[in-house]
Amino acid sequence: MNVKLFLTAEAIILPAALFLAVLRSLPGPVFFPIRALAIVYADLFRGLPTILVIFMLGFGMPALGLSWIPDSQFFWAVVALSLVYTAYVSEVYRAGIESVHPSQEAAARSLGLTHLQSLHHVVLPQAVRRVVPPLLNDFIGLQKDTALVGALGVVEAFRQAQIDQAATFNGTPYLVAGTLFVAITIPLARFTDWLIARDRRRLQAGRLA
Amino acid sequence: MTSDALRIEDVHKSFGKLEVLRGIDLALAEHEVVCLIGASGSGKSTLLRCVNLLEPIDAGRILVRGEDVTAPGIDVNRVRRRIGIVFQAFNLFPHMTVLENVTLGPRKVLGLSKSRAVEEADRLLERFGLADKRTEYPDRLSGGQQQRVAIVRAIAMQPELLLLDEVTSALDPELVSEVLDAIRELAEGGMTMLIATHEMGFARDVASRVCFIHEGRILEEGPPAEIFAAPKEERTRQFLQRIVAAGRM
Repeated sequence: MNVKLFLTAEAIILPAALFLAVLRSLPGPVFFPIRALAIVYADLFRGLPTILVIFMLGFGMPALGLSWIPDSQFFWAVVALSLVYTAYVSEVYRAGIESVHPSQEAAARSLGLTHLQSLHHVVLPQAVRRVVPPLLNDFIGLQKDTALVGALGVVEAFRQAQIDQAATFNGTPYLVAGTLFVAITIPLARFTDWLIARDRRRLQAGRLA
Repeated sequence: MTSDALRIEDVHKSFGKLEVLRGIDLALAEHEVVCLIGASGSGKSTLLRCVNLLEPIDAGRILVRGEDVTAPGIDVNRVRRRIGIVFQAFNLFPHMTVLENVTLGPRKVLGLSKSRAVEEADRLLERFGLADKRTEYPDRLSGGQQQRVAIVRAIAMQPELLLLDEVTSALDPELVSEVLDAIRELAEGGMTMLIATHEMGFARDVASRVCFIHEGRILEEGPPAEIFAAPKEERTRQFLQRIVAAGRM
């Protein structure tokens, strides 16, 4: 259940966060309202505790009793996690976009490319490559935070452990759940390290040449 | 009436309180090569960036073949397509091969098919002695090679006007000549060029006119023979003396 939550949310977060970061990069006063909205969104959802968002949506939305609103707990769990993590991940993308030297954009624009074309072909490919390690860092955080969803009654690993513990008065289920989480996050962390090391090797190879 | 390839009229530009350009007037005829000389910070690079609309100007006009490109509401992308620029620091796209660097503009802006763009790029790379580097990434090339790729990338757009911004200043001395040779070849091919440079010998060779820029104004301009042999202005003389003293001429 945790893995399913994690993967579904991630599939929404990655493109949504990129979209948000691009909105925030739009130049000129014309786009000020869009930029402002993107900033408000990022500030708001980074400020709210994840558990609060999960409760608000998971219990609040179905309670509205509107027929067209889905009442699946899983659905709202995914929405809540996506909303929160999109805010974080968009900041990671933004840092990446800003780390690409302005001369790259100048070179692209000097060829006649539009702002969006130069983002697409020149800035983003470099930016995304640079932020892969911090992106994976956020994945690890998300994978852990799927445990919060248990509070809604979605039976994920931590919730299952609570149920088992209550039935047996034995702490071992927590240990098992903990082991399960760590079994997923540690390989992710090692994968991140490997990517960073590989990037560094490539850079050095480039400099030596 | 034939219009100039480029006409700059009373252009002013400030960064905050610092007035970098204080009224520049300059016209280039078709196929003309004009070199801008002057101390660092005199406004040469800023002028080039203004012509390419990378910096908005505060006052004045810039006309390309008679069209006012600084008029409000002008499509800057369409203008930049007609004007190529090569930067001091090359600014190649590090995540793309040489071929991809060169074909990006023609494909995305001019709308050429991939095969047409590649064909065209290969022809240019061949002409500038870079054919064997087409699949390399920029960080595998020497500075001179990178700058030649940047030149090819600019002219692949078939610009009406090429701006060169101190293109040899970031190069090791032994790599300068290969880049200057490439520019000479462009000049012989009839490319209209506005060149900011510290290479006085080169300016003397290729320029039809040399402009000495001092504190945001063109203080003196004329044929290179005149400017270098018998400068009228005291400031020009001082500048050239310093260049000679530094062994750069």
